[in-house]
Amino acid sequence: MTTTTAESTAERTKAPLVRLTDAGKNYGNIIALQGVTLEVSGGEVTCVLGDNGAGKSTLIKIIAGLHQHSEGSYEVDGQNVHFGSPREALDRGIATVYQDLAVVPLMPVWRNFFLGNEVRKGIGPVSLMDVAFMKKTTKKELSDMGIDLRDVDQPIGTLSGGERQCVAIARAVYFGAKVLILDEPTAALGVKQSGVVLKYILQAKERGLGVIFITHNPHHAYPVGDRFLLLKRGRSLGYYSKGEVSRDELTALMAGGAELEELHHELEAGGGVAAEAAHMLEEEVKELGITATPEVRP
Amino acid sequence: MTQTLDVGVKPPPPRDERISRRSPLSRLLTRPEVGALLGAIIIYLIFFIVAAPFRSASSLSSVLYLSSTYGIPAVAVALLMIGGEFDLSAGVAVTSSALVASMFSYQFTTNMWIGVLVALVVALVIGFVNGYLVVKTGIPSFLVTLGTFFMLRGLNLALTKQITSNVGTNDVSNIQGFDSAKKVFASSFTVGGVSIRVTLIWWIIFVAVATWVLLRTHLGNWIFATGGSAASSRAVGVPVNRVKIGLFMTVGFMCWFTGMHILFNNNTVQSGIGLGNEFIYIVAAVVGGCLLTGGYGSVIGAAIGAFIFGMANLGIVYAGWNPDWFYFFLGALLLGAILLNNWVRKRAEAMR
Repeated sequence: MTTTTAESTAERTKAPLVRLTDAGKNYGNIIALQGVTLEVSGGEVTCVLGDNGAGKSTLIKIIAGLHQHSEGSYEVDGQNVHFGSPREALDRGIATVYQDLAVVPLMPVWRNFFLGNEVRKGIGPVSLMDVAFMKKTTKKELSDMGIDLRDVDQPIGTLSGGERQCVAIARAVYFGAKVLILDEPTAALGVKQSGVVLKYILQAKERGLGVIFITHNPHHAYPVGDRFLLLKRGRSLGYYSKGEVSRDELTALMAGGAELEELHHELEAGGGVAAEAAHMLEEEVKELGITATPEVRP
Repeated sequence: MTQTLDVGVKPPPPRDERISRRSPLSRLLTRPEVGALLGAIIIYLIFFIVAAPFRSASSLSSVLYLSSTYGIPAVAVALLMIGGEFDLSAGVAVTSSALVASMFSYQFTTNMWIGVLVALVVALVIGFVNGYLVVKTGIPSFLVTLGTFFMLRGLNLALTKQITSNVGTNDVSNIQGFDSAKKVFASSFTVGGVSIRVTLIWWIIFVAVATWVLLRTHLGNWIFATGGSAASSRAVGVPVNRVKIGLFMTVGFMCWFTGMHILFNNNTVQSGIGLGNEFIYIVAAVVGGCLLTGGYGSVIGAAIGAFIFGMANLGIVYAGWNPDWFYFFLGALLLGAILLNNWVRKRAEAMR
């Protein structure tokens, strides 16, 4: 665990929006997460990196209020919290954009944008939705994020994956999120679409939001992140601020030299095309300076 | 980043130039009820050509009356289908409501309106139980309501026989309050020499209110969302379970209304009627463009679907065809309408 200088200055001025200290989670006798420390302040992006099964989802669920941590502490604005439901987390300004985005594909973009938070005019049960306002606002909020839709009446299912992601982010921002948790927003996207999503992450950061960006791709995390938490098998592999780690080091830590070597041997044994791939992999490993260091083993 | 600045600096253009690519026709074709409307026009023209009696205004009035008796429950069944669920008990629930109102007022010698209100409570409870079982057990509504369908069917017969020692109820036309109730549920009036049944007016009101709720209120938004993706709706705070239970209770309400019409139209109720009508309500909704899987559809479409059913039902009689063939035609009509719907929807989606 590394204590960064940025962390201590933040502590002195103002408590971070979200801070986990040595947090852990057990499901019965299974330890899903252990000793994780993380924080995010306004205008910062904290990246959580880890391979499948590293405990990223458990971490999100704790922060989002779906589960409660069983060890350590979870503070929001310096106050200790135990969220009973996602609604409570939402009320504290912590919004999660899940991989399935929580949008209804057949419904128009504007209906999705305001779903569950419809703007009404009139009183009581006979209140109407203010359709004109909602359409106008959706269009404006999206164009502020740089998405220029030709028609907010089109079903959201007709948008591209990146655009849908951005609608979900814009929605969370509009409804008062202070901290955005983005669950692998670039996982299913192509290179260009991923770039678009990264741009929105930076835009959210510029607006003063704290962003927790979950990903398994260091190439996506490094350009936008201020802090990096690496998870492996439910434990923290390291917690770095941007100045302390280079992208290559991050990649090396993520990939794990031993795993790459293993993959290299497997591919080589395959012969033919696989051996060729193994050769390329070997060169890349050399380039990144990855060695099978003992520290990457949990 | 520069894009954002651009938007902030210059006022947005009054009209997006890309919107002009969508013609008013393609905009119309994306409505769910368009396929049904085309089908209705075609069927109307066919009967108009082949059946001379079909052309008169009084025939149209009869067709509209028949359509309304199926169209009123179909309003709620369509809403429920958009919300992602089915109700197979709707057909016999109509009969149950009529039986309860009739027998309650007769046996306890109360004012007719008391029986009517008791029946309303019973119908809403049936809807609530259906909805509650569906959302609490997670069992598909097809199975839950199939169960309640058989239970109600058995109750209708068994209780009626127990109470009246007959398969039908006693005539209630002498009970106090019958006449005023008949005025509300089963009267008719004449416009330009053509007799119009009051159910037609109620049907139009119900369709208008349901359409307004569906398209212009937050409840409508929740209904679409619940049927389109229940998990996503829950994640953004839509009370999915309450929406579903409410929809089942709406079906209960419409069944009650139809049951009251049957009671005050006929004075007595046979306990065995209503079987199979649930399918006609569902057919009307599906022909009208409701997706069987939920999240898409329209109440106006369901009304057009019920109108198609009414036209086919009476048109065959007016045309002098053998009515034995009716259900064959109905089935073919259903298939044709669904194919037409699919074709229209695909074309409309491609045009976007």
